[in-house]
Amino acid sequence: MLELRNITKGYAQGRNVLADLNYTLNAGEYVAVMGESGVGKSTLLNLIAGLDTPDSGEILINGAAISSLDDDAATRLRREQFGFIFQAFHVLPHLTLTQNIALPLLLNGTSTERVEQMLEQVGLQGRGGDFPRQLSGGELQRVAIARALIHWPKLVLADEPTGNLDPDTAHEILQLIRSEIKANSAMGILVTHSHAAAATADRVLQLTKAGLQPVKAGNGA
Amino acid sequence: MNTTMISRWLLWGEWRAHWLQFLVALTAIGIGVAMAFSIHLINTAAFNEFSAASKSLSGQSDLQVQSRSGFFDEMLYPRLAGYPEVQLANPVLELDVTVSGKQQNRNDHRLKIIGIDMFRAMAIVPDLLGLPEEGKSLDRVASDTIFLSPAAMEWLQVQQHDHLELHAGLETITLRVAGGLVRARAGQRLAVMDIGAMQWRFQQLGVLSRIELKLDNGVNHAAFKVKLADELGDAFVVTEQTDQEKRIANMSRAYRVNLNMLALVALFTGTFLVFSTQALSVVRRRQQFALLRVLGYTRQQLLRQVVTEGLTLGVFGSVLGLALGYGVAVSAIQLLGGDLGTNFFPGVKPGIYLDPLMALLFFAVGVTVTLLGNVAPALEASRAKPALALRSGSEDMAMAKLSAPWYALVCLAIALLFTQLPPIFELPIFGYLAISLLLIGGIALMPYLTARVFVRLLRFQSDQPGAVGMLAAARLAHAPNQSAIALGGILASFSLMVAMAIMVASFRISIDQWLGQVLPADLYVRTAVSGDQGGFQADAQQQIKTLSSFQRVDLFRTLHLTLDPNRPDITLFARPVDRADPRNTLPMTDDMLMPGTIPEDVMPVWISEAMVDLYGYKTGDRIRLPVGTAPNEFLVAGVWRDYGRQFGAIQMLLTDYQALTGDISVNTVAAWLQSGVTADQAIAALRQLPFGSALEISNSSDMRALSLEIFDRSFAVTYLLEIIAVVIGLMGVAASFSAQILARIKEFGMLRHIGVLRRQVLMLLAMEGGLLTVLGIVLGFLLGWAISLILVFIVNPQSFHWTMAIHMPWPWLVSVAAVLLVSAALTAVLSGRRAVSAQVIRAVREDW
Repeated sequence: MLELRNITKGYAQGRNVLADLNYTLNAGEYVAVMGESGVGKSTLLNLIAGLDTPDSGEILINGAAISSLDDDAATRLRREQFGFIFQAFHVLPHLTLTQNIALPLLLNGTSTERVEQMLEQVGLQGRGGDFPRQLSGGELQRVAIARALIHWPKLVLADEPTGNLDPDTAHEILQLIRSEIKANSAMGILVTHSHAAAATADRVLQLTKAGLQPVKAGNGA
Repeated sequence: MNTTMISRWLLWGEWRAHWLQFLVALTAIGIGVAMAFSIHLINTAAFNEFSAASKSLSGQSDLQVQSRSGFFDEMLYPRLAGYPEVQLANPVLELDVTVSGKQQNRNDHRLKIIGIDMFRAMAIVPDLLGLPEEGKSLDRVASDTIFLSPAAMEWLQVQQHDHLELHAGLETITLRVAGGLVRARAGQRLAVMDIGAMQWRFQQLGVLSRIELKLDNGVNHAAFKVKLADELGDAFVVTEQTDQEKRIANMSRAYRVNLNMLALVALFTGTFLVFSTQALSVVRRRQQFALLRVLGYTRQQLLRQVVTEGLTLGVFGSVLGLALGYGVAVSAIQLLGGDLGTNFFPGVKPGIYLDPLMALLFFAVGVTVTLLGNVAPALEASRAKPALALRSGSEDMAMAKLSAPWYALVCLAIALLFTQLPPIFELPIFGYLAISLLLIGGIALMPYLTARVFVRLLRFQSDQPGAVGMLAAARLAHAPNQSAIALGGILASFSLMVAMAIMVASFRISIDQWLGQVLPADLYVRTAVSGDQGGFQADAQQQIKTLSSFQRVDLFRTLHLTLDPNRPDITLFARPVDRADPRNTLPMTDDMLMPGTIPEDVMPVWISEAMVDLYGYKTGDRIRLPVGTAPNEFLVAGVWRDYGRQFGAIQMLLTDYQALTGDISVNTVAAWLQSGVTADQAIAALRQLPFGSALEISNSSDMRALSLEIFDRSFAVTYLLEIIAVVIGLMGVAASFSAQILARIKEFGMLRHIGVLRRQVLMLLAMEGGLLTVLGIVLGFLLGWAISLILVFIVNPQSFHWTMAIHMPWPWLVSVAAVLLVSAALTAVLSGRRAVSAQVIRAVREDW
């Protein structure tokens, strides 16, 4: 379970991005966060990931406060319990697909046996030896999804994962993200500007100055 | 589109953002140009000054007559003066004399004294006339006076009216300083006496060193020179001023060329660093350039942009280099002298003259080599297809051509071919070209080898757990070009350092062993006169032999012979040699007649390696040498190794020499101590002899130590250059790593997101830097070893005419490699601090 308790975050110029934000994300829940540019969506993700610290308030994951962790502990938490999917894929060009996907397992010191299975799950079976330069944008994002989920993370953070993809591929990728999150019984937060993308989540939240407000129930389709 | 403004923005923006790389490239070019320019300035100044000083001694004479074997009978003088073609003949006696209290430095304790006939010298060498005190013009012909140049007075710390003690043979002579000279060059240490007084006081009655001739107007100099040479026969040489100049040029040519080559190597390393900096900069900005192309920049404009960057770098670097070079030259001349302490140009104090034309030439060389380093990156930038270049991950593809090993192999093959070619104009030009090609080939092979080695390591790594190791190995295996280029500078400097270290160690150990062979006695005793006089006459020799301190005494007669007027004199040693097996006496090479096969009816000589190269003598040849009243025939019985005289030396039996010349004097006595007698006791016994105070006594171990000290001092500059080269190489690594880290900032951001710790990122960088450096060290060692073989077996024999065996200075090499490895890893980590900063995390969201 992820709990956000009275989170406030401002920047040096006196601009308060998040003010007294509260929210609880239950295990197995997948939500989409929408909002205007500059409202604090990325800041929120950074805070949840332990990459930034709130000015006040607490972020708890399964009861443990992330904001009180030092850099090493926060990193270890990310390594073990989080999965990330970025808009620009960020797949390492000099690693093969197998190596890219295996990274979280290697970092956690666990067996890499699951890589083949993940490749198959994301539709890239038999291509583990390929390099990223041989892949299309959609395929690259599949690799990123596989990397984000390979180590059974408790929480998957996806920041505009389909921003660089055409509508058909985007739809395919969003379905994949959803199904993989569900298959892993993970929590998921999808940050997006796209209503179509947001519609693939269980719930859609609007981030405003007033906090996180539910928009409508996602169809989960 | 105002492309000039865009160009200026791009240029300024790039340098402001990557000032360290700009600084490294600027320093590299600056140091390369500075070295080349300062060496040129020093060499030119020293050579011109030495040449001018030599000319000033022969004044306005047309021809000079000298004996091939040192002094000659003065009866030749009236004969030459009687020639109708000769307007004036000027007899000269020249001696290098040891000065009391100046013996500490073996290369710098002599005073050149010229004996002249004042009335004849007035017309030919007026500058050499003494300037006595007013009313004391007879001092010019007095037997107890000497005139000194200002530099000599300063060196000896005497003034007019002071008394000066000099050693002649076994006697001490006291002379009065009667004044200065009409004119002497700055720094020229010179003394002048009346020739008659000098012959008498220095026990050289009836002999001359040379006769200078001024010919009548209208006499054909060349024809008279040939006629005179014919009439005087083989025992004499007749030379003109141009012969003297050639001789001086020949004397120092190999030394000067080698220094210039060293400077060019530095410039080459600089060129490579420019290439490395520019290549990485172009690769880093590949997407920016692609965008410019998309926006409407033409290929030519892009090419011009990158070339302008190189040109500006070249201009600034060269200007910096010229200023630095001038400063270094002025300081070096003041601190070390014109020959940088090697004694190639003794007795002169040159001043640096800045020739604008030469400065312009070196400026042009600096700019040209910078542009050469810039050509390939500029072409790559302009030829890249924008659509492809815009894609991230295409950076390493840009340099994919570099990984093709074929042109590296072509360079290495040509280098191998060049090692087999003979010298040009007695200089190892092909040897140096082979070294350059080896370096280029070795560096060009680096990306290919990096990929090969790290792909294997990656396979091995895949069986081991650990993300950091896998990441480092994968990066090196699949993106080898940028890394290999980053390491190129360090590879170039390390391989040159290895090569120089092996060469210097081989040389030093060979010299140490050689000194052991050529200095077998315990003590060496000389008279205090240098030059070709034999200081010990028969009675003095007998007195030393009868001393109870010694179990064995060998006598040496050393003198100089002129075999070719265009070349420096060779040295002749007459001494006891084991005729049956000369290896018992001399450091022989394998090139010798079988022991015991020398016919009894012929006089054997043993020649140094330089004689083979310079005069074409071979073992078994019968040669004529100007020893004795007329040249005599000798059999070349073998070749010995001589690290002391690069212009050639010959050893012959003292008994043969004495039989041919009737000269029983010797200049050196080698003495072996009686058991139980210490060196100090033996020296005390020698000092008690009637002529004991005039002896120069050297302990062989001291001589060895002094020789090695001089050796180390002369190579000190080389060590300094090596360290500078490695430091520049490390700066290059730092700059390259910084650039790469900037280019990989999103990669580090992603890694930090997925749980890679800060220290793991730093460890990753240290591993990449360390692994790459290990490969660089291994390859640099192999390359350096190959270059050292060229230096030892090609450059040294062709330049200095001596051979040596290879010796590996393992402790030094291992230490340098370890320091380099740690430094490179630390450099990678230090320059990688930005990779773990907070901005890195945000970088994943910046999609350009």
